[in-house]
Amino acid sequence: MLQQRFHTYLNTYTDAATLAFYRIAFGLMMFFSVVRFAMNGWINKFYITPGFHFTYYGFEWVKPIGIYTYLVFIVCGISALMVAFGYRYRLGIVLFFLSFTYIELMDKTTYLNHYYFISVISFVLIFLPANVFFSADAKRKPSLFSNTVPRYTVDILKVLLAIVYFYAGLAKLNSDWLVAAMPLKIWLTGNTHLPIIGPWLGREWVAYAFSYIGAVYDLFIVFLLLNRRTRLFGFTLVVVFHLLTRILFPIGVFPYVMIISSLVFFSPQFHRKVLAFIAKLFSKGKLQPTENLQHRAVANKPLALFLSLFILIQLLFPFRYLLYPGELFWTEEGFRFSWRVMLMEKAGYIQFKVTDSTTGKTVYVNNRDYLTAFQEKQMSFQPDFILEYAHFLHDLYARKGMADPKVYAESYVALNGRLSTLYINPDVNLAKEDESFAHKTWILPFNDTITGF
Amino acid sequence: MKKILVLSLAVLAAACSSSDNSNVNTGNYDRTALMTSWADNIIVPSFENYQAKANVLSAKATAFSAAPSQQGLDELRAAWLEAYLAFQHVGIFDDPKAFELHLIEGSNTYPADVAGINSNIASGTYNLSQPVNYAREGFPALDYMLYGVGNDDAAIIDYYSGNSNARTYVADLASHIKTVADSILADWNGGYRATFIAGTGTAVSAPINQTVNNFVKNLEKDVRTPKLGIPAGLFSNGTTFPNKVEAYYRNNVSHQLLTEAITASRDFFNGKYFGSETTGPGLKGYLDAINAVRDGQNLSAVINAKYDAALAAVAQLDNSFSNQITNDNSKMLAAYQAMQQLTVYEKLDMLQALNISIDYVDGDGD
Repeated sequence: MLQQRFHTYLNTYTDAATLAFYRIAFGLMMFFSVVRFAMNGWINKFYITPGFHFTYYGFEWVKPIGIYTYLVFIVCGISALMVAFGYRYRLGIVLFFLSFTYIELMDKTTYLNHYYFISVISFVLIFLPANVFFSADAKRKPSLFSNTVPRYTVDILKVLLAIVYFYAGLAKLNSDWLVAAMPLKIWLTGNTHLPIIGPWLGREWVAYAFSYIGAVYDLFIVFLLLNRRTRLFGFTLVVVFHLLTRILFPIGVFPYVMIISSLVFFSPQFHRKVLAFIAKLFSKGKLQPTENLQHRAVANKPLALFLSLFILIQLLFPFRYLLYPGELFWTEEGFRFSWRVMLMEKAGYIQFKVTDSTTGKTVYVNNRDYLTAFQEKQMSFQPDFILEYAHFLHDLYARKGMADPKVYAESYVALNGRLSTLYINPDVNLAKEDESFAHKTWILPFNDTITGF
Repeated sequence: MKKILVLSLAVLAAACSSSDNSNVNTGNYDRTALMTSWADNIIVPSFENYQAKANVLSAKATAFSAAPSQQGLDELRAAWLEAYLAFQHVGIFDDPKAFELHLIEGSNTYPADVAGINSNIASGTYNLSQPVNYAREGFPALDYMLYGVGNDDAAIIDYYSGNSNARTYVADLASHIKTVADSILADWNGGYRATFIAGTGTAVSAPINQTVNNFVKNLEKDVRTPKLGIPAGLFSNGTTFPNKVEAYYRNNVSHQLLTEAITASRDFFNGKYFGSETTGPGLKGYLDAINAVRDGQNLSAVINAKYDAALAAVAQLDNSFSNQITNDNSKMLAAYQAMQQLTVYEKLDMLQALNISIDYVDGDGD
């Protein structure tokens, strides 16, 4: 019965224009993101200048490669254009996924949910027939052309988008967000100088209103977009919501990525119109040849199963934090890659102390001698950063001639408007602790309770 | 973990009631009034005072340089201490002009580079605006010139009588301090005051943001670290440096200078007008207005308690930090710890509450 329905679904087809539209939108947006990143001087600032980089567990080998790092960005930008034009699409999207993900893995200081989102989307796009319609590939190789694609290849994009929104909404259902209106209460007061809305932002009830509206929006927006009758209203909300976040917070291209991505929920007629408009813009005339209407892009059962498995992982992975003891916001064990977007205000202050095991001589470390301001800021409240930096200090002072340097941290962290408290056990020699997926016992307990997801 | 979804309704009720009893507070703080008061009641008066003291210092140095005498030396030394104390107040405001003229590095980099000073004197050619001279000029260099060039006053006066280059150098040092003070004050009295008051935006480069960052930086990097941490050996393998204290050659005023610096910091935090008992808008008022409550206490009260604790720990110290370090360094370490606590609450909790970015990164968030 279920299998029957799966088969039926597998062999349902939809207009190829939607995937083609998304391919173009995604490719162009990524191209401009890379250009913007370069124009802001961030390649140099984040990857070339710093002498030390924070790596992801298991991906320590992914590092900036000096001046060649620019090449990775060039590959990323060019492959984004290949995707947009549908020119050697498969090669383009694979290169884009690899180069973009490589960039993100080079230094976790710059970790952002939306970068992870782009990696996830581009990974899935590798397996989708996004180049069978309105693409250079289909023009070059007419046998590739298809007017339709299996429906699941479009639906999976919607599902991924739905996960981002819905999980971001779930994550907001916690006592800090709903009872204390934190961290919005902190963030909004910083914007009271803005024209028109500014004077309202310092009011407490406004922080509560924003918190609740934000949670409700995230939880329900996908349903509004799914339903044809509420779609336009939903999209209006998407635009207003993301533009507002753009005004209030420094969140770069993320709002635009989400606005453009949510257009995937629109009907294929809409995507056809957009493509026809583009075609006219370049005076190419007709959108599609009339012959060759059979399904070239056929359903592929193993691929569908593989993508289902991928979705399942996406659904479960954000909940891995349940396997760890302690408060998620405090320990951050399982925090990343779980769509906890703009959810907490956390800051730290950390002073490392390196002691010679033989002589007992002690040095206090000036973090800024080795880290950029951005790296130091991120390091100061994230345990895996702290540990990696402690190992760096151990090795550094060992090279300087210290006997088996012991590394201790005097570390304070403030979370969501609580007074800062000691964060790392100051008596633990961090040089002797190893990174793993196990719980980090040297994080001091959180002296409060946050309930919720 | 005890994470459950059901709380929402109870939560909603709690949320409403908690917002009801604090509705007096709109959370809006008049940033323009804050900036105006900072400029007119604290920063400009501090620089005026500093400039006046720098003028006296320069005049006394010129007089002493023209005719070295015991009386001239005494007067110059008194003027030096007065100006040095006044400097502890202006070091907090590293405004663009002060930054451009290197007010902080050029006035108070210590220990003084004695070899460099002697080589400047010998050659007679030097540019006091150059970074290479930071440790050869300012108050630490004058400290050496007024107390360190001879074993007693007679020897010091003799030294100047027989060394015209040294006479010129001492006058140049004081004159440079005066010139920098004049330029900064002229900038404020020119167009900068208006720019400053208008700069209430949230950008890292906005004057309000810079002022708060400079204020915290002063406490951490210009007060805690050099006045206590470095001489007490905290940054140097535990090796102490009795010779790296502030005003080493005079050697009985490092306590006074530190107390002045912490008091200046506390007064700025509280919005206390310079040279007056009146209190106006300040970081304390700002924190209170946005309801920054931590552990059931106003964050401003927590911070003020830490100022008191830091001043109390410093009060335990000998007038000569060199002696303190040699005889009982643990009191220096205790004072450092007290300053450390204060630094944490200001740099971490206060900046977080005010939503002021600590660094100069303009990357994206999400």
